[in-house]
Amino acid sequence: MDFLLELRSEEIPARMQDKARDDLARLFAAELAKAGLHTDAIVTFATPRRLALIARDLPAATAESSEETKGPKTSAPPQALEGFLRKTGLSQDQLVERDGVYFAVLDKPGRPTAEVLAEAIPAVIRAFPWPKSMRWGDASASTESLRWVRPLQGIVALLGEEIVPCEIAGVTSGAATLGHRFHHPGVITIGSASDYEEKLRACHVIVDQDERRQIIALGAKMAARKAGLELIEDTGLLTENAGLTEWPVPLLGRFDAAFLAVPPEVIQLTARVNQKYFVCRDAEGKLANAFVCTANIDAADGGTKIVEGNRKVLAARLSDAKFFYETDLKVPLEEQAKKLANIVFHEKLGTVADKVERVAKLARWLVEEGIVGAAVAPAKAGAAGSSGEPAAPNAAAPASAGATSLADLAERAARLAKADLVTGMVGEFPELQGLMGGYYAAAQGEPREVWEAVRDHYKPVGQGDEVPTAPVTVAVSLADKLDTIGSFFAVAKRPSGSKDPFALRRAALGVIQVILRNSLRFEVTEALLEQRRLRLEQLDAGACFEFDGLDAAGNAKQTEMTFGMQYKATAWVVSFLDYAKSWGAGFGYEYLMPDEIDAVLGYVVSPQEYITPVRDFFADRLKVQQREAGVRHDLIDAVFALGGEDDLVRLLARVHALQAFIATPDGANLLAGYKRAANILKKEGFPQSVTPAQAGVSGDGAGQEPHEAPASAGATHLALSYTPEPAEAALAVALASAEPAAADAVAREDFEGAMSALASLRAPIDAFFDSVIVNDPERDKRLSRLALLDRVRAAVHNVADFSRIDG
Amino acid sequence: MTSDATDKPLSFQGMILKLHEYWSARGCLILQPYDMEMGAGTFHPATTLRALGPNPWNAAFVQPCRRPTDGRYGENPNRLQHYYQYQVILKPSPPDLQELYLGSLAAIGIDFTLHDIRFVEDDWESPTLGAWGLGWEVWCDGMEVTQFTYFQQMGGYDCKPVAGELTYGLERLALYLQNKDSVYDLAFNDAGVTYGDVFLENEKQMSAWNFEIADTERLFDLFRKATAECENCLDAKLPIPAYEQAIKASHVFNLLQARGVISVAERQAYMGRVRDLAKGACASWMDKNGWAA
Repeated sequence: MDFLLELRSEEIPARMQDKARDDLARLFAAELAKAGLHTDAIVTFATPRRLALIARDLPAATAESSEETKGPKTSAPPQALEGFLRKTGLSQDQLVERDGVYFAVLDKPGRPTAEVLAEAIPAVIRAFPWPKSMRWGDASASTESLRWVRPLQGIVALLGEEIVPCEIAGVTSGAATLGHRFHHPGVITIGSASDYEEKLRACHVIVDQDERRQIIALGAKMAARKAGLELIEDTGLLTENAGLTEWPVPLLGRFDAAFLAVPPEVIQLTARVNQKYFVCRDAEGKLANAFVCTANIDAADGGTKIVEGNRKVLAARLSDAKFFYETDLKVPLEEQAKKLANIVFHEKLGTVADKVERVAKLARWLVEEGIVGAAVAPAKAGAAGSSGEPAAPNAAAPASAGATSLADLAERAARLAKADLVTGMVGEFPELQGLMGGYYAAAQGEPREVWEAVRDHYKPVGQGDEVPTAPVTVAVSLADKLDTIGSFFAVAKRPSGSKDPFALRRAALGVIQVILRNSLRFEVTEALLEQRRLRLEQLDAGACFEFDGLDAAGNAKQTEMTFGMQYKATAWVVSFLDYAKSWGAGFGYEYLMPDEIDAVLGYVVSPQEYITPVRDFFADRLKVQQREAGVRHDLIDAVFALGGEDDLVRLLARVHALQAFIATPDGANLLAGYKRAANILKKEGFPQSVTPAQAGVSGDGAGQEPHEAPASAGATHLALSYTPEPAEAALAVALASAEPAAADAVAREDFEGAMSALASLRAPIDAFFDSVIVNDPERDKRLSRLALLDRVRAAVHNVADFSRIDG
Repeated sequence: MTSDATDKPLSFQGMILKLHEYWSARGCLILQPYDMEMGAGTFHPATTLRALGPNPWNAAFVQPCRRPTDGRYGENPNRLQHYYQYQVILKPSPPDLQELYLGSLAAIGIDFTLHDIRFVEDDWESPTLGAWGLGWEVWCDGMEVTQFTYFQQMGGYDCKPVAGELTYGLERLALYLQNKDSVYDLAFNDAGVTYGDVFLENEKQMSAWNFEIADTERLFDLFRKATAECENCLDAKLPIPAYEQAIKASHVFNLLQARGVISVAERQAYMGRVRDLAKGACASWMDKNGWAA
């Protein structure tokens, strides 16, 4: 038998319907399972006014079963038996005795499925996990009354053709439901699960959400085509409109073409977010003055009045957007930027204006240090007038090449980049940040480089987003993200686990993408130290005045203190601490409140304390990013383990060369040889040398036995006190050329060259292990052979720490 | 049900009279606007205070709303710093509240065979009143004409029982009924007086005052005085005057916002202050009536 359940309520929010269907199926199946019923086929439907479920082929009753409960041993005292009898409600002769133990066997007869369902329905309703739920009506005099997404109005529960009787919160199950609110407001009676969909369809309700989606998709597309336009598809809108209608009717309307003066992104966003309309492109691919709305009714006049009404609403929305746009255009961005002093970036990090100041200086620094500009590919290719060369003939744009003006442009762009946050348009549509700034900057005549940078400096936003390549944009984008990361790390707001409230991981990923895309050669930590310097500089500047925010003891006055005052008070505390430190005393601390110390700690940690966690954070992000690009993270580890490598481009070049090398037979064998050498050295407690040059220098501590290093382990075999075996001598010779060759290639950043230098060691190492016994009883031989292996290890470490490589 | 095509649409005042008639016939008290500036009809004590406690309460009234930042100097066809809401509050919420509401739309002349009426999720929250509810904005051909809410909490207290609140945007409804593009072109009565005749100059002058002229020092002073007076009333266990002072503080705060003199950081603090006062008045009201939370 098939079972139909319909829970009819006042309009269910569109965004909740898909999950509600899943929840209904899950909860229902769980209730059945509890009773020992099973169903393979559950289908669910959702409309704004109903949530429905059909379970196919349910048995008429649950299966009979018997349940055995273990009791006391027959030898147990009589009290134990009495207790067991009481618990099971049986008499002693009804017990089964087996292996000296009593068992109670309880036969459970099958239960009618209808009875199970009658209990399951209220249980499902009560347990339903709506994201938000409410009370209503007379029953709400108690807060214990039923909570549902909106008032629950009816329940249809039919097993086969029979009503499953149940009742919850005054709603009694039955066979009656309602059709479309306006097309068919009367009651309809459902016969069974099999006629549910068709009966409702006859009453202008399409129960299946996927069918409604298709109707809208197709109808909207056709409506656009009929008008000679192309629909801009939007699956989110499709789902939302399907969740708002029981009888969807897409209708196309036009709006006044004069509104096309407003940026197309604004129009599209207004139409989508506020009105849930689709928009269209014209034949040239430009946004057309048309919209497609989805009505929930087949109007008597074919929809003329509905389209007219919707046109009017959109016109009002667009006229508001136009008002914002025109008003914003009247205020220069630098004026807007002044208002950023009123927006707190973070309570411990000052205002957005403070951030802008740092970003502007950092962007300039990135250019002046030659980090951005020279290395950015498009700048090299296209820019006119790089020194000595004739200017490009068609250089109509203001000449903007050369480090000085590039730095000026970067600083300018950074100073304007956040100004749109206080514009009316971005206030209304926060998702347009950057984009609007770009429009406004262009409108006030900023150079293309600047307005593009203002527009695109948030990019890339996550994997797959476009990565900037224009030098000015690159400088601002990098500076902005580095400032965010550096600032939050300084006040110990690091991401942990799933918590990353300031989206620092995304910012770091953005930094990595920008660096790699543009092959920017610099040490990230150096830029972060510059960011730190700029931050401290700001604090010092603020510390010179506004002492009145503090009381005599140096404590921030708690009353009537504006944020700016608190920030400056913090700054004062910092300079006070620095002052105290310069006296070589910590006497300043006892005057401070604990949370003030906390607030300033971020500023007084040493550069090293600050840098280490940020560096690790970047390494982690790089590994995640590269893993997605198919790079083995153990290889990244192997390169990172060498330490001191903050140049991500160089680091990845090394990783890529390594990955290619390890895949070759030479690489694989060298790795095996290395691991064997490293194991022997470890077993013998031979200290690890850091570089080939240091290989002969003795280091103690690591070995279990007192270790005497050979006199000249790092020198050639000529100094040996014994005649080396041929393979031993051959390895020494190979090392003598491979070692400097590898080091030299690394210095030239020729990592393939370094790898092939190492590859030349593979045969000698294999031969060495085949024919030479390292652990010779003669001490001199043993030590010099260990030293030789250490040189192998050191030579390999020119390229990467092979001990970190898997396999 | 009337048809748009045949009958002359109701004037602005005709529509109000029709709604009064409709809700009066359904047992509502017809109240008059509260004589204080407020941002929404929900602030009317007939809504806020009456939503608390166990007693049934059915009322309908027009309330002028002041939203200084929405002023557009009379240049936007439907954004105004002063406009009208029609409020209906039914407590406890009746089981057929949606049908009752639709009946009121039919009564003012909306034809459901020609227009697309939709209930679109819109949960209502007023941090200032410590209140929230679930419901919808009701769309007529894509225009929000009514806010429909089941109050769940008011002043931080659970509503026991829940009240249903309907807030009609009267100007928007009239734009629909009269098929006009600008609120200023609406027929106010049936004798040729337009909404613009009554309010256009008002919008121009008030926008200028709200945005440019209002003396901010005096406004800050007013805010301080209203909050102090509210506390004075709370001390004297007089919730109604205390609540009035909270409304006053709230409106002065809105004016300060329009003048752009409250920073984002301070904004929270001011809103928190108003919320505390409004909640204090609600608590005092509960206390005075002897209702337990």
